[in-house]
Order: sequence, then structure tokens, then C-alpha cells
Amino acid sequence: MSQSFIEAKNVWKRYGGNVVLERLSLRIEEGEFCVIVGASGCGKTTFLRMLLGEETPDQGQLLLNGAPLPTEPDASRGVVFQRYSVFPHLTVLGNVLLGLELKAPLLGRFFGASRRKARTAASEMLERVGLAGAAGRYPAELSGGMQQRLALAQSLIARPRLLLLDEPFGALDPGIRHDMHELVTALWREQGLTVVMITHDIKEGFALGTRLFVFDKVRVDAQAPHAYGSRVTYDLPLHQSATPKLAVA
Amino acid sequence: MKRLINLHPPRLPALLMALLPFVLVFFVYVTASNERLAANPDDKILPAMTTFSRAIQKMTSPDPRSGQVILWLDTASSLERLGTAIGISALLGLVLGISLGAVPLFSAGFSSFVASLSMIPPMAVLPILFICFGLGELSKIVLIVFGVAPVIARDLQGRVQEIPRELLIKAQTLGASSWTIVVRVILPLVLPRLIEAVRLSLGAAWLFLIAAEAIASTDGLGYRIFLVRRYLAMDVILPYVIWITALAYLSDRCLAGIGRLAFPWHNRGAGA
Repeated sequence: MSQSFIEAKNVWKRYGGNVVLERLSLRIEEGEFCVIVGASGCGKTTFLRMLLGEETPDQGQLLLNGAPLPTEPDASRGVVFQRYSVFPHLTVLGNVLLGLELKAPLLGRFFGASRRKARTAASEMLERVGLAGAAGRYPAELSGGMQQRLALAQSLIARPRLLLLDEPFGALDPGIRHDMHELVTALWREQGLTVVMITHDIKEGFALGTRLFVFDKVRVDAQAPHAYGSRVTYDLPLHQSATPKLAVA
Repeated sequence: MKRLINLHPPRLPALLMALLPFVLVFFVYVTASNERLAANPDDKILPAMTTFSRAIQKMTSPDPRSGQVILWLDTASSLERLGTAIGISALLGLVLGISLGAVPLFSAGFSSFVASLSMIPPMAVLPILFICFGLGELSKIVLIVFGVAPVIARDLQGRVQEIPRELLIKAQTLGASSWTIVVRVILPLVLPRLIEAVRLSLGAAWLFLIAAEAIASTDGLGYRIFLVRRYLAMDVILPYVIWITALAYLSDRCLAGIGRLAFPWHNRGAGA
């Protein structure tokens, strides 16, 4: 079988006696938009943290292009969290610039020509996500939807191959959520990204994904609810153009 | 009738209410002073306002022998000591606090040590400082730094650890190294906290300064107060106390203003 972009082989994760994931296996191909849904505590966030490199499997293997995933976050994987995804001390433009500047070794800043180039790139990215008019404002002055647009812009300007989304639209109003769905779908197409998104909203999953994973416990012991962990119980390929058709309630 | 916790005074009454305690204390003092002076015109404990103005005039005009104005001389020496010590403490506290808060390997080695250090009562080591560093400026500054820097460091350590893990993860996914995370994320996020920590430690810094000056010095605000105490010179002590209070209050307001100007993003609502 050919090599997948991401492959989980029989992954286990425990916290003390609490088994969160057991015998989790899945494959994700490059360019897919995968949505993971499941009840609270089903281990979907744990899995995302493993993909980020924040956590490591207790057993089994997590491979990126056939090689073990780096065990700390790095520039190959971008992320947008539900909250705290942008830096409160920087303006909107500063936040996007930071996505380029943090790689500069000594001061984490660019100067002169390279700074002008970075500013142009950052302004273009802001234009793309519809924040050009807010470039000089601080995140605390933005609405929740604008903050998440900014978080996306900041992540994408660093050109990750894999974009991880941790319930990014969970705190937004339904109308704004719909706009964000359109934006994220368009960016995914334009940049040829692979996206792994977590949501507890199954409608959102169907609206966005090319593939839907459901995490759930296969075995349940009523006397010891933590004795068994979750794994993929459904793996649904969604053969669709991945345009958001419904405004999610 | 609204609940007490929902009643807010309008602006002008609020200002008057703020002034009221000061006026009240002044009035009580003048009454008590008049009564004591009526009973004994030579009483030195509660001097009259005219006595104060004479003493203040004497302290603010050039001394006939040295030609120096004693109040300015004392103020300059005290502020120089305080400023140097606070500056060193802030820098030390910032470097230590960020290292302790951001680098687990460093905090594993030094966290308990700094915590213990901050528990030593600085006044208890003052004799050691005098023995080691002599009676000059150095021991006074070391005393203040010893009393203030570990507290600032521990405060900032806590602040660094309060930074949401999401922000640090995000920075790493943007390709940051530990160093660029410190200079572009952690440092700017805790700088406003440093100003707050310094403001809170100003009171302690003044305490250590005056204590050190009282014991071994030849000038300074604390030195003067303890010098004239021998003559029960309340007419000098009380204006000095008010002057010290005014200086402390002003430095606090200045720091608060600097914080507001330099970090406009800070304390703007819930934040991102």
C-alpha cells in the first residue's frame, strides 16, 4: 500500500488509569479536508494534540509522510484554536507579520527590504481574509469572527502543509460561522492544504469535509467508564465539492 | 432604593468625598495642636502651622555653612539610591522571572531556591550587608535589591506561566525558536506586568531605603528624619513624611502612566 500523508497505526493514549484512545488507526491523504466529530471526552482533542506534537502516543505510531511525527510543534503544522489563537499585544498587521518574522533568528524581526516584502505579503493576506480595513487595530477590538479570520491569516502566511483546526468556529454566531466556512473552504482549495478539523457539530462536519471521522468508544463498562478508550467508529468519504451548503444552526 | 453596591457617586461629590478624609485629618490636627500649645507654648509634639512653615523654609534655603539646600540634597541622595536599586531589581526580576517561567530546566534548578530567598526577611540580613559591603551606598542598594528583586521575579514567573498554552503552541507552529518566543511573545506580554510588579514593590523599597539610611548614612530623607528625632523636631519630621509620601505617590502615578502609554493593548477588555 502506498504511503499516506498522515497515518496512525494502533495508537493508544492513557492518562493514569483513564484510557482515552485505544487501537486508533487511520490514514489521511494529502489535500483532504478531514473533519473529526465525537462527543465530549471522546479523545478528538487528544488526537489533535498528538498531531500538533504536544502529546505523544503511549503505544503505536503516528507517521507524517512515513516518518514519525516530530514530538514538538513546528512550522510543518499550523493551528487555529477556539480561543487564544492571536497575540493580544500585536496589531492585526503585526500578528500576521509575526507569522513570517518568528523565523528570523536573532530578534525575531525583519528590517529594511525584507521587512517591506513581509509587510506586502501580510497586507495581501489580510486583504484575502477581509481584514484589510482593520490592520491597525488590536485583537481585543475585534469581534470573535474577525479574530478567527486573523488567526487563519496568521497560520496560513507561514505556509504549513497541514492545518489543524480545534473547534475554530465553536464560539461564533451562526451567520458568521457560515461566512467562515466559505473562507476556510476557499483557502483550503487555493493553498492545496491538508486540513484536520475538530468539531462537535456534525452538520458542520458534513458541510465542510471531504471526509468525516467519528470517534467513539466501542466497548463500554458502566462500572468503569474510563477503562476503555475511543477509536474511529465511522470513516465516511464525502464525495462532494466541499462547498458549505447550509448555514449551521 | 438601590443596593449599596450599585450606588455610584456623581463626579463632583466623588471628588469632595475623596478630599474629605484629608480635610478631616488636617482639622483634627489643628484643633489638637492649638489645645496643646494653649496649655504649653513650648510643646514640640504637635507644632503649629507657622512653626512648620519656618522649618520648611529653613530646610529649603541654602545652609549657611555648606551652601547646600538640605531638602534637595536629601531628596537627590534618596531618589538616586531608590532609582538605582529599583532599576537593578526590575532587570534582575525580569530576567529571572522569564527564565523561571519559560524554561522548565531552569525552574527545576532554581524555582525553590528563589522562593526560599524571597522568604528571608531582608532586614535580618542588613547586618551581613553592612559587614560585607561596608556602610556606603552599596549595602543600601543591595538591601533594596535583596528585598524587592526576588518578589518581582516570582510574580513574573507566575505571569509567564499564566500565558495561555495556545499562544506558545501557536508561536511554535509559526517556526519560532525558544529565543524568538521569549523576545517576541513572552517578553512583550509580561512587560506591563513588570510595571505593575514594580509599582507594588515601591512601598517595600521605600521601607528598606529609609531603614538603611536610618542606620548608616550621612544624608537622605530617612537619615534626616532619624537625625532630628533626637530633638523631637516634629516640625521637620512631619513635612518630610508628607514629602516622602508625595514622592512615592508621584512615582506610582508615573509608572502607571508609562504603562498605559507604552502598552495600549493591555487591559483592553477580555482580549483575544
